[in-house]
Amino acid sequence: MLSAAELEILGLSLKVAFWSMLASLPVALGLAMLLARAEFPGKTLLDGVIHLPLVLPPVVIGYLLLVGFGRSGPIGAFLEDQLGIVFAFRWTGAALAAAVMGLPLAVRAMRQAIEAVDRRLEAAAATLGAGPLAVFATVTLPLIAPGVLNGMLLAFARSLGEFGATITFVSNIPGETQTLPLAIYGLTQVPGGDAQALRLCVLSIVLSLAALIGSELLLRRARRRTQSA
Amino acid sequence: MSLEVAIAKRLGAFALEAEFATGGRVTALFGRSGSGKTSVLNAIAGLMRPERGRIAIDGETLFDAATGIDVPVHRRRLGYVFQEGRLLPHFTVRQNLLYGRRFGRRGAQARLDDVVTLLGLGDALARHPQDLSGGEKQRVAIGRALLADPRLLLMDEPLASLDTERKGEILYYVERLRDETGIPIVYVSHSIDEVVRIADTVVLLSEGRVLDAGPMREAMARMELRPFLGRFEGGAVLEARVAEQDLENGLTRLEFAGGSLYAPDVDALIGEQVRVRVRARDVSLATVRPEAISVLNVLPGTIKALGESIGASVDVQIDVAGTVLLARITRKSVAALSLAPGRPVYALVKAVAIDRHSVGWA
Repeated sequence: MLSAAELEILGLSLKVAFWSMLASLPVALGLAMLLARAEFPGKTLLDGVIHLPLVLPPVVIGYLLLVGFGRSGPIGAFLEDQLGIVFAFRWTGAALAAAVMGLPLAVRAMRQAIEAVDRRLEAAAATLGAGPLAVFATVTLPLIAPGVLNGMLLAFARSLGEFGATITFVSNIPGETQTLPLAIYGLTQVPGGDAQALRLCVLSIVLSLAALIGSELLLRRARRRTQSA
Repeated sequence: MSLEVAIAKRLGAFALEAEFATGGRVTALFGRSGSGKTSVLNAIAGLMRPERGRIAIDGETLFDAATGIDVPVHRRRLGYVFQEGRLLPHFTVRQNLLYGRRFGRRGAQARLDDVVTLLGLGDALARHPQDLSGGEKQRVAIGRALLADPRLLLMDEPLASLDTERKGEILYYVERLRDETGIPIVYVSHSIDEVVRIADTVVLLSEGRVLDAGPMREAMARMELRPFLGRFEGGAVLEARVAEQDLENGLTRLEFAGGSLYAPDVDALIGEQVRVRVRARDVSLATVRPEAISVLNVLPGTIKALGESIGASVDVQIDVAGTVLLARITRKSVAALSLAPGRPVYALVKAVAIDRHSVGWA
């Protein structure tokens, strides 16, 4: 049904989305905890910065990533020298761009879930002998699990659709950085690519719908389990 | 067990400044809502940090502002039963009960089977908290605290969210707890009925300060002269022994230091010790022994003190052979009978005024 090239594009898109989701999970959860629980100077500013990818033109994010994480960029050069990690023009860069773009959605969902936790339950757990880490692991995390899941799925879905930041940062390299949206864009630029582009559009719609419906089903199950008593 | 509390904290316009020590089996923190009872409990548990003062249990300092000691909540080894249960919704009843064990809180005395039997939770173990009734939730909360091997159990109005029937049920379990586990309890309540039934020591709180503290009977007798309790709350507590069960008339004769007291159908065996609260408004006074009267309890005594008058009424303390009774009568009667300390009187108590809620097991 799908050609080898199409399968490669699909596989790459899923790989990029998966890793961007996974990499942003601890960052998003940490930021959500910080914003929901801590009071510190500059909190509003941090909240604003996290939300920037939602409102900035994606090309701005992509360009900033290129400047910072490119091979000659300060962070990119450091990572390559010290850890051998390269983002520029690699699929990892596409994942990084997608993670940054999806971060505000993930943080918002998780923060809401954390703010909805009844902190009196955490106090009750502490009286039973649970230290702060144990309280987080056995009370907070299970209670916010639906929110965390929701945030991850939003980030995943956002990654599937990421275009502007990705193409600016890591270009449109078939087999390396060419995800679904980039492939569709590429096909629309060549004569006679319309049919191919449409096929990928249908694929894109199916994929997104599956992700949305799947997340809804998962959420329903998770919510049932953690309903408040 | 000995518990020493001396703490101070400002909470907005409210100033908490409480100091007391207790060695009681069940110590009631008693006072109106907003008197600072729960704040004191939270300070003992470590959920609220006082600005000044010290908290120690059996000589071990849990908090001392002067030396900077502040043992974290999870290391204090105190059980806390909250007003609203606070069961963990994502765990089953069994997991809730055993939660403390994950952190090495495992006592020699509290075994799951025993606690499940004590609290009648056998059928509930596999269920989730949202499928339990209010009374069951509270029993699980009590069991969960017990199984975490506490050296002291803190209970914050555990009956407040329950209906009357459930209240009786939980109170029964708290009594069993007191009698069977030997774990000392600090019990917060604004209900004098509960306090009388289960406590042996009372700490009376009002507006963040300790008004009185001590053995319950004495503290109760003292506090009655204050215009502190609600108008219909006041009363004295007698320690009595069941002397006779008159099955034909459905009456029980109780013996206390000052004589006999008839009460309707006390559910106890002959020879058992009970505690009876006689409400001040149920006691009348006469200067001569009345004849031809339906009141069964006519107790001779002398007036010990007259309280402040509140509106039309005055609370009078009567010494009945060493036991103090309270009578709430009108100012008009005090004047008409020229009642004054030292005057011999007869205290009249209708037997039917002593109801089920007024009797507890000592």
